[in-house]
Amino acid sequence: MHELWAVLAIAHRDLVKLLRDRTRLISDFIFPLIIIGVLGTSLQAGFGEVAGFDILTFVFTGVLAQTLWQSAALGVISLIEDRENDFSQEIFVSPISRYSIVLGKILGESLVALPQGIAIVAFGLVIGIPLSLTALLALVPVVLIVTVFGAAFGVLVLSRLPNRRAATQIFPFVMLPQFFLAGVFNPVGNLPWFLDIASRLAPMRYAVDLLRNVYYAIHPESVDVALAPIGTNLAIIGGLFAVFIVVGTALFVRAEQNR
Amino acid sequence: MIHVEQLVKRYRKATRNAVDGISFDVHAGEFFALLGPNGAGKTTTISILTTTLAPTDGTATIDGHDIVREASAVRRKVGIIFQRPSLDRNLTGEENVRFHAVLYGVYPYAPSYRLMPTAYRQQVEELAAIVGLGDDVFTPIHTYSGGMSRKLEIVRSLIHRPRVLFLDEPTSGLDSPSRRSLWSYLERVRRESNTTILLTTHYLEEAEQADRICIIDQGRVVSYGTPSAIKADLVEEYVLVDTADRAQLRAELATRGLAFSGEGPFRIELSGRGTHAVLKSIDTPLSIVQTHMPTLEDAYLEIVGRTDA
Repeated sequence: MHELWAVLAIAHRDLVKLLRDRTRLISDFIFPLIIIGVLGTSLQAGFGEVAGFDILTFVFTGVLAQTLWQSAALGVISLIEDRENDFSQEIFVSPISRYSIVLGKILGESLVALPQGIAIVAFGLVIGIPLSLTALLALVPVVLIVTVFGAAFGVLVLSRLPNRRAATQIFPFVMLPQFFLAGVFNPVGNLPWFLDIASRLAPMRYAVDLLRNVYYAIHPESVDVALAPIGTNLAIIGGLFAVFIVVGTALFVRAEQNR
Repeated sequence: MIHVEQLVKRYRKATRNAVDGISFDVHAGEFFALLGPNGAGKTTTISILTTTLAPTDGTATIDGHDIVREASAVRRKVGIIFQRPSLDRNLTGEENVRFHAVLYGVYPYAPSYRLMPTAYRQQVEELAAIVGLGDDVFTPIHTYSGGMSRKLEIVRSLIHRPRVLFLDEPTSGLDSPSRRSLWSYLERVRRESNTTILLTTHYLEEAEQADRICIIDQGRVVSYGTPSAIKADLVEEYVLVDTADRAQLRAELATRGLAFSGEGPFRIELSGRGTHAVLKSIDTPLSIVQTHMPTLEDAYLEIVGRTDA
């Protein structure tokens, strides 16, 4: 029970910090709007008819998954900030399990990512993306899985980072290629073999594909662009999640203790 | 309560040991000071004892629990004030305390102060009053002064009633009034809860308040014992004498078996004898008598200076 309370306390702390950080709240809302609004609309205008499917919806579903996944991952990576502010000492010297620390952080940063998801969905409704109530309800569990999965990926990245500078430097290499490999804006169904392998290795791909699967299952009027069945996506996400947590926590604890 | 044996720590990529075979014991309820200059290995030692850093070699136990094999049991028994403040500056004082209380399993978690158990709220109110924070305990940490933050950290570290409290240079960065009030608060904590305290400091006057001191430098124990024993060990007391007839004095000192050095003035080691007794035994008329009775601080500075050079 004690461990559960600790997980909740760690998660709640992240949420409180978000609510007190207005700049971050505002930028959370604005960035995805720019991507969907500007990029999605211009792609639709340029290639929509050639592609034969609704690019705006495609980009919308992609950005929804990508934003949640990435924002949860980055949130966990912000643990590095705690280390520099010396607050992580306070957490690490406490008698709770190292897994509780990591789980609390994953839960907290998943919660912190959710307002962004709400903002994107609201914006989607405004620009006329077809979103039925069924689809919205069905997306709730998907969104939770995507954020928790992203946060777990963050744990793995964090475990290999020495400081915040390294975090900002490594970010473009870890995140940007995945934008394209995961098919957020671009279809990845017909890639040359080497890019196809890279795409299958990008964890974000499975988050994006899971969300599209669920969305297009409920809105069959759009052309189905999903890559693999829901079950396959869930199995891969589950497996990667377990690996990220176990390996990430082990590496993270080792980095803290064996300096 | 604390048993440390041949503790060694070498950081990765370091060329020498930060802690180089340190051994000492701290009894239950004792106020123990680790004294040493910056970089002596004090913080490293504390980090190892509080299980946040793995030792390279050697063993240590706290209340019978091995710090490596039973890290979780050790963490439950210790409280620590880190050298650099470790409060979350975005949270209020109370939220920091609540976070700590939940992490140590003292209370279940609730998302707001009002929803926390009455016992907790009572404890916070009392502690806030003792530390002199009052209602400020509900404002964010970044509005606190250095002294206030420090006190809040001590309040926080005591909320799970640790058997051992580690204080890593708790007064660094504080002005003298804050320092004084922090000390009187710590004195009170010690009297009332009988907590074992291990303090690290590079201020001798802080260490002198301790029951026992362990002086370390460059990762090694230089001296270890009660402040008076350390003084006897480190401080060299002597009397400097001179006379018009140096040859006669030299002969007399030799016949009386008084060890001396110098060609005049002569330096006579007291080695525990009283100055008066030594002077009385000399018949040669003395022109100069100068006693040398350095303080512990002089001795400490000499040790530190020796190794700095």
